[in-house]
Amino acid sequence: MITATPPPKETKNYLNAEHGLKSWLLTQDHKRIALLYLIAVSAFFVVGGIMAVLIRLELATPAGDLMDSNTYNKVFTMHGVIMIFFFLIPSIPAILGNFLLPLMIGAKDLAFPRINLISWYVYMLGGCFGVFVLLSGGVDTGWTFYTPFSTTYSNGYVVMTAMAAFINGFSSILTGLNFIVTVHRMRAPGLTWFRLPLFVWAHYATSVIMILGTPVIAVTLFLLMLERGLHIGFFDPAYGGDPVLFQHLFWFYSHPAVYIMILPSMGVISEVISTFSSKKPFGYTFIAFSSVAIAVFGFLVWGHHLFVSSQSAYAGMVFSILSYIVAIPSAIKVFNWAATMYKGSVRLEAPMLYALGFIGLFTVGGLTGLFLSAMGLDVHLTDTYFVVAHFHYVMVGGAIMGYQAGIHFWWPKMFGRMYPRAWATVAAALTFVGFNLTFFPQFILGYMGMPRRYHVYPPEFQVFNVLSSAGASVLGLGYLIPAIYLLWSIKNGEIAGPNPWGATGLEWQTASPPPTENFEVTPVVTTEAYDYTALKLTQEVAHVG
Amino acid sequence: MDSHTAVAAKPHGAHAHPGYGELRHHFESFDQQKDSATIGMWVFLLTELMFFGGLFLAYFVYRQWYPEAFASASNKTDLWLGAFNTTVLICSSLTMALAVHAASMGKRILLVGFLIATLLLGGAFLGVKAYEYHDKWIHHEVPGEHFECEGCKDEVHTPLFFALYFGMTGLHASHMIIGFGILLVLIWQAWCGKFTTKWYTPIEMFGLYWHFVDIVWIFLFPLLYLIDRTGRTLL
Repeated sequence: MITATPPPKETKNYLNAEHGLKSWLLTQDHKRIALLYLIAVSAFFVVGGIMAVLIRLELATPAGDLMDSNTYNKVFTMHGVIMIFFFLIPSIPAILGNFLLPLMIGAKDLAFPRINLISWYVYMLGGCFGVFVLLSGGVDTGWTFYTPFSTTYSNGYVVMTAMAAFINGFSSILTGLNFIVTVHRMRAPGLTWFRLPLFVWAHYATSVIMILGTPVIAVTLFLLMLERGLHIGFFDPAYGGDPVLFQHLFWFYSHPAVYIMILPSMGVISEVISTFSSKKPFGYTFIAFSSVAIAVFGFLVWGHHLFVSSQSAYAGMVFSILSYIVAIPSAIKVFNWAATMYKGSVRLEAPMLYALGFIGLFTVGGLTGLFLSAMGLDVHLTDTYFVVAHFHYVMVGGAIMGYQAGIHFWWPKMFGRMYPRAWATVAAALTFVGFNLTFFPQFILGYMGMPRRYHVYPPEFQVFNVLSSAGASVLGLGYLIPAIYLLWSIKNGEIAGPNPWGATGLEWQTASPPPTENFEVTPVVTTEAYDYTALKLTQEVAHVG
Repeated sequence: MDSHTAVAAKPHGAHAHPGYGELRHHFESFDQQKDSATIGMWVFLLTELMFFGGLFLAYFVYRQWYPEAFASASNKTDLWLGAFNTTVLICSSLTMALAVHAASMGKRILLVGFLIATLLLGGAFLGVKAYEYHDKWIHHEVPGEHFECEGCKDEVHTPLFFALYFGMTGLHASHMIIGFGILLVLIWQAWCGKFTTKWYTPIEMFGLYWHFVDIVWIFLFPLLYLIDRTGRTLL
């Protein structure tokens, strides 16, 4: 079954079009750049993951026996900085978005191929700063860099870390800019806005956040560096400034950044749910506009991070209500996905399992977000493990589950080979179980009052911490297994064929892996997206032929 | 493939590295290529707006809170140098606009001339700015350990004004310096005759960038040099 059918003759595709390291490092092909991102982002995921392992090992016992408080501060800071800036933000847009956006809209490439390549080098330059910090002793401010601790008292490499995030931000600005122009100007003939796959809508909304939000964190980090490095102060009261202004500026980007991480995942889920139900997504326009609504409302809720930071109660109320409102477009998506599956012919392949996991975990993450946007409750829960559990449900249970669903869904398109499906099912199940075991106890811990960011805790919290650490090891296995079989499948997997899942998008109409120019002939679109009847007809015709 | 009928694609070969000003391989037409560049530039300027926006927000907040500190500190800026620089920048925007026009008419020498004029005016602006910085430096008006401000009212919050002054004008000046570098390249390319009436997109796009940097200064000048010179507070 596995190696029985060698390819009859290697067809020309983007992977074998050119050879040698130079052909990869100087490529302007969006598909190759996506793979460059895949390698770099995966490497950072491993580093961030190692930090997570250290955190969970330390918290297995109430005493600080593995590391001292200083080291622990550095470990959770690096975990946050790497996972957020170097993994979650670029993961789906820069890998899957880069690879698929031109394919999905029937274009030969993104609008600016050179800028696309530059964005990868900018990312790598930021990454160099990050690795430098990691090797030279780290930073202990938490990924939030709150002033005046970060600018005056911290002993770590604050300027270097801020520089890493600052530079990396430009990479995501360039990606967002490229996507926006591409969606506006590169669509194939006949591909109107409301024929676009929902993945494209989600990436368009994400790009809007990237270009409007990222510059604000850039200038905030610029001011932070001026204050720390040159003592030109803006935030430290010793310089006459106000630290709360930093928090406002920081969260003006960093809350929308949460939607940079989750929206692309939602795009993936829309594609996967539709494909494996063989059914047009229920309420296409609602799902499309809910992405845009999330992007817009996402900019108006940052104040819910400042409920306990001397923000006025009236501002708090407004931010609280606006935060509730974000739940509406999110819920619209969840209900529409459920309605899509209703009476569809659901196939439980690996991508679908991940997608179903996403829906469950994201719903828990979203609902606990409502707890936290209620001001009274937030005063009790703020800075506890409840918050940690909430955002991991959204970020890991949501964003990373979606990323894995996407990787499993489009892997056969990217490399032309299918991975072992049984193993993928096992991995999806392990991830789901391991994830819940890791993070559900943290809700309870947080509710009981265990604060985040401490390496020692009262012994009565140990049971839940041990459960969490045990879950983390299962979760780790859930990430390790796909890494092995996916790499293995590149050489040894079954030949996948152009459309192994019976999906409708334009990307499934070209060869797997696609040729450098994406399509032999520029496609002309004459039907709505997700037209499964037309697809079925085509397949029947092909069978008869 | 019955739902997606096909049209003939352009031939594949020989477009790995298209020549300057030629249609790049992934576009269908020159219009599409130029539209993409234009939209891309506007989107970029939008990000620039948000980039400066953070500083403007900080300025607005602190000015509302500490009007006295800002009023007395803003009197330390040199009104005449600021006004001179504003004039210089507006003139450079004019020469830049004329350069774009010359490019669209295909007048090479005129294009190079206007670009050089823009370069010289930009250089004059940066020179004056450097002089102003130097002046602030020797008068200890740079925030930090040796900060002094003679005759300033609110000593605790006066450094904020100067921090914002250096932050805002510094970020602006760094944009000018980048523009200066790009101008040098464009002048060389224009001299070599790389631009035609059919294709002068870089000139046009750089024009947008230059006007944007100019407009930022049009806001900076009143905020840092003009408001409160009589000592009255905002609002």
